[in-house]
Amino acid sequence: MNRSLWATAAMMGIAVHAAHAQDANLGRNLAATCANCHGTNGHARGDTVKPLAGVSAEKIVAAINDFKSGAQPATIMHQIAKGYSDEQIRLIAAFFAAQTAEQ
Amino acid sequence: MTQHSTLSRRRWIGTGLAAVASVPFVGCATMGGPSIGRVVVVGGGFGGATAARYLRMWGGNIDVTLVDRNAQFVSCPISNLVLGGYKQMSDITVGYGGLEATGVKRIQAEVTAIDPQAKEVRLADGRKLPYDRVIVSPGIDFMIDQVAGLETPAAQDKFLHSWKAGPQTAALRRQLEAMPDGGVYALTIPKAPYRCPPGPYERACMVASYFKQYKPKSKVLVLDGNPEITSKKALFEKAFADHYKGIIEYRPNNELKGVDVATSTAKLELDDVKADVINVVPPQRAGDIARTAGLLNINNHWAGVSWLTMESTAVPGVHVLGDATFPAPAMPKSGHMANQQAKVAAAAVIQLLKGEPVNSTPVMVNTCYSFVTARDVIHVASVHQYNATEKTFKTVPGSGGLSLAANQVEGRNALSWAQNIWADMLAT
Repeated sequence: MNRSLWATAAMMGIAVHAAHAQDANLGRNLAATCANCHGTNGHARGDTVKPLAGVSAEKIVAAINDFKSGAQPATIMHQIAKGYSDEQIRLIAAFFAAQTAEQ
Repeated sequence: MTQHSTLSRRRWIGTGLAAVASVPFVGCATMGGPSIGRVVVVGGGFGGATAARYLRMWGGNIDVTLVDRNAQFVSCPISNLVLGGYKQMSDITVGYGGLEATGVKRIQAEVTAIDPQAKEVRLADGRKLPYDRVIVSPGIDFMIDQVAGLETPAAQDKFLHSWKAGPQTAALRRQLEAMPDGGVYALTIPKAPYRCPPGPYERACMVASYFKQYKPKSKVLVLDGNPEITSKKALFEKAFADHYKGIIEYRPNNELKGVDVATSTAKLELDDVKADVINVVPPQRAGDIARTAGLLNINNHWAGVSWLTMESTAVPGVHVLGDATFPAPAMPKSGHMANQQAKVAAAAVIQLLKGEPVNSTPVMVNTCYSFVTARDVIHVASVHQYNATEKTFKTVPGSGGLSLAANQVEGRNALSWAQNIWADMLAT
């Protein structure tokens, strides 16, 4: 199915456009993997987990890298952070930074 | 759509009348251009509800209908705390009003068939729901015939599974409350794979915690069909030893073969065990509707899927989520996993409806928290990246893992997780 869609897209000469469309959603899709604990679009419920919506990308990237390196001790985030590439973390951080902090 | 759903939620809260609020926002789905398609979601649990919510949030003008037999969502995660007496049924029950306010059309009904030729979902009351794509998230059903004597209504009323949260959760709690001090509660665990691998051991801890405080002469007998504890083994063994010594007795390789109502007996391979309360978690396969729809192409038990889209490898146009799927390596049958699969499916379905290529690098995460006391919790976590060569998700080496030890920080995190995932799936 995917292959045929790609082939169709290429034949129609819209492969470049399509690739851009996909990239536009990648940060959104990756950030959605965080929502189970951090809330939909980073709007966390309760005061146990830090909300991510509206936090600067630099802050989020730094925090995740500190979990990765162990500089910031954690119960679980050190294990989850290691599952994402640097590029994926950059995309996730950019998505949350672009959300409004207000829920 | 984020602004839309935020607005709709406010309006819904403002009026306090879901019916009033849901009407204008169903209309909203068709504003600003034609619908990109009709998606019917079968099953309103962790997978289906999440899919419906994210289809509306990400899909713009898309018609989404969610069908479930229940009036409300009742969560399996946290339901063991109801058995322990630490939570009430109302704490694990969430309505579908939030989802409806986002424009999801909800139908409370039994689905009897999915017709991939006619592209329609059929309901028990005769209604037919046409679809462009259908998402099936049916959870599990039980293979009752594998436990001799369990086929009668009397046996099923006595030997509760309580492995689908709802009336059976409350009923098992009543059985535990009625049990005299000095009684025995036996929990039988089927051979893997089954829904929620650490769930039975958490349940043993919660029941033992209740006994320890209120019925200290009572026992918890864990009859495990598996050769060892199937998840968080060392952490559960430590909890059994530290908190429930003399209360929990764990027996591996004790597969349940049959039950007897008259004598309240669990029949195992080598011996019979009498107990006051026998909690039978029967062997499992994908939910009935997945079988009826011809989706169970793995061992006749589970639904194979293409992992980039969650589309069935048996029936085109049908996507399958959650416990019903034959998992990628190291993917547990958990609510968290179903929620993550639903997001991959929602993104893919929207792009397929638009004729766009789907995301070729999806990621999924799993986190399972288990309570070993009313406050102390342990976790297992994993991160799964799509592997294009092997066409499946693989865990990332060096990522994921377990709690070092049970702790109260994760006790708070587990309850926060529940609040956040329920809100994420049900748009509360």
